[in-house]
Amino acid sequence: MAQVLVVTSGKGGVGKTTSTAALGAALAHDGAKVVVIDFDVGLRNLDLVLGAERRVVFDLINVINGVAKLPQALIRDKRLENLHLLPASQTRDKEALTEDGVAKIIDELREKFDWIICDSPAGIERGATLAMRYADAAIIVTNPEVSSVRDSDRIIGLLDSKTAKAERGERVEKHVLITRYHSSRAARGEMLSINDVLEILSTPLLGIIPESQEVLRASNVGSPVTLNNPLSAPARAYFDAARRLKGEHVAMVVPSETRGIFNKLFSRKAA
Amino acid sequence: MSNAARQRHSLMFRPRSYMAFAIIPQPPIVDWLSELDGSFGRSESFFAGQHVALDLSAVNLSSNAIGQLVANLEERNIRVLGIEGIDPAKWQPGLPPVLRSDRTLRTPEPVQLIAPAAPTAEAVRPPPQKQQPASLMIEDPVRSGQSVVFMEGDVTILGSVGSGAEIVAGGSIHVYGALRGRALAGATGNGRARIFCHRVEAELLAIDSYYRTAEEIDDSIRSRPAQAWLEGETLQISTMN
Repeated sequence: MAQVLVVTSGKGGVGKTTSTAALGAALAHDGAKVVVIDFDVGLRNLDLVLGAERRVVFDLINVINGVAKLPQALIRDKRLENLHLLPASQTRDKEALTEDGVAKIIDELREKFDWIICDSPAGIERGATLAMRYADAAIIVTNPEVSSVRDSDRIIGLLDSKTAKAERGERVEKHVLITRYHSSRAARGEMLSINDVLEILSTPLLGIIPESQEVLRASNVGSPVTLNNPLSAPARAYFDAARRLKGEHVAMVVPSETRGIFNKLFSRKAA
Repeated sequence: MSNAARQRHSLMFRPRSYMAFAIIPQPPIVDWLSELDGSFGRSESFFAGQHVALDLSAVNLSSNAIGQLVANLEERNIRVLGIEGIDPAKWQPGLPPVLRSDRTLRTPEPVQLIAPAAPTAEAVRPPPQKQQPASLMIEDPVRSGQSVVFMEGDVTILGSVGSGAEIVAGGSIHVYGALRGRALAGATGNGRARIFCHRVEAELLAIDSYYRTAEEIDDSIRSRPAQAWLEGETLQISTMN
């Protein structure tokens, strides 16, 4: 049974594209057939994060308009053969996205893939509503700060009312993924705590991704962080989140600052 | 020591409220009783086990006549729990106690239990049309950007109301989670409406167009259970507990 996931947030810059790529690669790494779709028509990014920008020929809009067939537009990842990308168009505007066109593409992909991950653009406009339209489950990417959390709350409301599943009276399964979590800043009260975020959103937690240089380093070389440095803290957090998506029970770890062994020895002596 | 504690425990009183049918005899009583027999003759158990109060406001009976009526009803398996609508001076030992209620329920029309004429052959009559209470209950959290508008009465929200969400009610608003958005109660001009919430972090509270913004809500009340009501033209907010 194929699962259609939407990665969404309302607010921009919280890590939707990074998370789409990292989770897509983590799921594909474990053997599942995965396709990631970039819905950010006009401002596409997912191709860059996956390092596929130089191989884009056709895109989502081409498929909707009938210029290309779906298999022609899918780009297979060079590192993981069961990870595919359906890129967004950079030149068209998002009005070219139609509900019927998206429905047809999703239906066709459901037959070939285990996971269909839709990377939503920021905002609540057409691209974002169509990205969530046919989702079975949603990952709401949230930074631990008030504006991001309020936007996420708004998005959860839309997921409960504007998706095809909600209109049929069913429920879109929802997960909160907290990204850019900075344990020392949270301890100093400069960020919302994990509990605050979950209390406001009253939605189950999928994972906590720590703020890390590794994320930027990976996207600069065009690789999901889960492939670029699988042992780094954010990569491990994404792998755990991917396993929870598959229904496995993985204990939640609140990331703490990584300190060198000398640091640890020193602090122990001082104490 | 423990004995005393136990004794004190046995002396506890608890106020309780129950639902009761109030039956309202109309003069002349003899005709009213025969009408009652005609309507309920086929379903004698209708009042069995029910709490029944006798509302005598429509008739003027002596103490003896009241005793007679109560006995007549008991013959029909209608046990009278209490009497209302009489001058307490008319009460005599042996009569059911006089009930007083400080709240007069203002139902537009009494619920019609006795269907006008045309008794059907079926023993089971259709249940009397229940009056739907004017209230709306929402079990899910109300999210940012969502707006709940219910002018007909009270709104009860079991979850929380997100920042940027809005509740508008003709009656009172009850929020069992945190209230972080806006709540506008008594929106139809009902100054007696109130707002209750488990945790007040509201952006705006309003009753009948008198409002307070977050800035005007005292810090000592924030994040605590609170209620808001209207006193004259001032919106009052206080903590509960």
